[in-house]
Amino acid sequence: MPDQLLFAMEVTLNGLMAGVMYALVALGFVLIFKASGIFNYAQGVMALFAAMTLVGLQDGQVPFSHLINAIFGTDVHHFGWHLPAFVAIIGTVLVMVAFAWAVNQLILKHLVNQEPIILFMATIGLAYFLEGLGDMMWGSDIKKLDVGLPQGINLGIDETTFNWFGYGFFIDNLDIVATVIAALLVTGLVLFSQYTKQGRALRAVADDHQAALSVGISLRFIWVLVWAIAGFVALVAGIMWGTKSGVQFSLSLIALKALPVLMLGGFTSIPGAIVGGLIIGVGEKLFEFLIGPLVGGATENWFAYVLALVFLVFRPQGLFGEKIIERV
Amino acid sequence: MLYREAGDFKTSYADDNQTFPIRFDRWRYYAVLVIAFGIVPFIINDYWVSAVFLPFLIYAIAAIGLNILTGYCGQVSLGTGGFMAVGAYACYKLMTAFPDINIFFHVILAGGVTAGVGILFGLPSLRIKGFYLAVATLAAQFFLVWLFNRVPWFYNNSASGQISAPERTVFGIEVTGANTEAWASYLFCLVFVVILAWLARNLTRGTVGRKWMAIRDMDIAAEIIGVNPLTAKLSAFAVSSFFIGIAGALFFAVYLGAVEVGEVFGINKSFLVLFMVIIGGLGSIFGSFAGAAFLVLLPVLLKNILVGTLGWPTDLAAHLEFMIVGALIIIFLIAEPHGLAQLWRVAKEKLRLWPFPH
Repeated sequence: MPDQLLFAMEVTLNGLMAGVMYALVALGFVLIFKASGIFNYAQGVMALFAAMTLVGLQDGQVPFSHLINAIFGTDVHHFGWHLPAFVAIIGTVLVMVAFAWAVNQLILKHLVNQEPIILFMATIGLAYFLEGLGDMMWGSDIKKLDVGLPQGINLGIDETTFNWFGYGFFIDNLDIVATVIAALLVTGLVLFSQYTKQGRALRAVADDHQAALSVGISLRFIWVLVWAIAGFVALVAGIMWGTKSGVQFSLSLIALKALPVLMLGGFTSIPGAIVGGLIIGVGEKLFEFLIGPLVGGATENWFAYVLALVFLVFRPQGLFGEKIIERV
Repeated sequence: MLYREAGDFKTSYADDNQTFPIRFDRWRYYAVLVIAFGIVPFIINDYWVSAVFLPFLIYAIAAIGLNILTGYCGQVSLGTGGFMAVGAYACYKLMTAFPDINIFFHVILAGGVTAGVGILFGLPSLRIKGFYLAVATLAAQFFLVWLFNRVPWFYNNSASGQISAPERTVFGIEVTGANTEAWASYLFCLVFVVILAWLARNLTRGTVGRKWMAIRDMDIAAEIIGVNPLTAKLSAFAVSSFFIGIAGALFFAVYLGAVEVGEVFGINKSFLVLFMVIIGGLGSIFGSFAGAAFLVLLPVLLKNILVGTLGWPTDLAAHLEFMIVGALIIIFLIAEPHGLAQLWRVAKEKLRLWPFPH
């Protein structure tokens, strides 16, 4: 096989893996949008915040230590313990559930019946607040996240492909783990929403708020639930991205990439988020590989957005979105 | 007592159509102009100009521009930073290519170039609406910043990849470059602000503005009563980008002097201007000024209090600023979705009746 084609195949595979990562973030968006019609811009920052909290809990950092030191002139920074990853993850989940509850109590309760665009802007405000809060609690330095996921080149694939083609593919172990976890997560979500009482309630709310209310489903509880689930998805995405590139501010920008994924897949479709993620992942890697060198590189910064833009002009509701019907 | 319409009679249509129908408002407006042009230039120093006045004036232009698009025409845009970058780079290219022409015209032309780019990125708005459009404008933001970063022609192949403003004069007085006097750059920006605010005010209460508002309130209904969505939406994009382009040109040439595009015109700039518009009030020219003033003064104030008085480290103060801005956005959306401008309107209503409310 010619080298060029082999490279392209490797790039495509890596693109698929990257796409899974985007899809993980996009999943959180879709969940909240379906259940409450809120386009939650803060999803990316939630991933960042969850990852920061996880690292902080693991290392036994004192929350707000910088603030405490600045006000009282003390010098506290660590409790001096080291939690196992599993305990820290449970702690973080609890924090995200508390966060979901707080968001509903303090913000969404007061914004019922507002226009979607107002809610969208409120979540931008929330994103800013959460970003400041995260830095304030845990410090803004780049942190290393390690919950024991395998990392580095997968030697098995490297060897096998070398034997087949005479060229070893570079596939990161972490990406493979991410793919498996994403598959598990989606399966879990589907099972949850199909076979549990709360899951059915969730789908009912997504279908029609008024009708759901009239059969006795508590909207408030469902919203807390769905934000908590989105928080959990954010944590999973945060762990993946954080392990890959360190927990830092740019994590919330990676989450911006989930937006074109959503636009491609449609805001209301979970399979759409996955397929959209894969298309974006493969598309931008291939584009960078084939066209990138001709135009100066770093096309990954914008390719996803432009692709989504061009695509939407032809299909405004995305690949799997519900058809937009407008009435006067 | 002072704020009264009693005895303020209107005897012609021209009187009826005034921007400031109440005499007190009119005089206040003239007083502000006199203070801004006649008094402030004599008493300001470098610190005040660079920390407060220049950013306020320039952001006010950008906020008016975004307000036209988002507040009046209802098209949410997250590409403001990218369009400001277009203005800045257009201004730079024009300044270096035609050094003999007055910089005043360069800035205007830079606005024109940005308007063209704005129309181009506005085209999808005919098919894409709401959130989808907001996300689509991100394409403009990221693509434009990338373009100015990667194509050497835009920064004249300078080694650092930055653009820096050469020295230019207006009436023999320097307004750009390192040796500019504080008052000169202030006045230069002020002239633009006054002209553009006047223009925006009159556009938005005329035919064009009404078409924009019809589109904002419900585009299909607007179409049915005879508003052409193509021209209405694209004209909103064009006018908005024109304003934002001028703001970008001034931001680069007069305020900063040298610009690295990714840092200065990144996505955060888009959000900053959007926040100004939300906090100030969607669909209000006064609101754009109020929002710009608020978000320019807030960091200065916080920095002075936290870092200057309490002695906190700067990064901590920056985090707190994020939290406060975010919380304020939410509080405003909950308590007063129409922003500072609405507070001002309510205050005026109260003043009319004061001190005898019944």
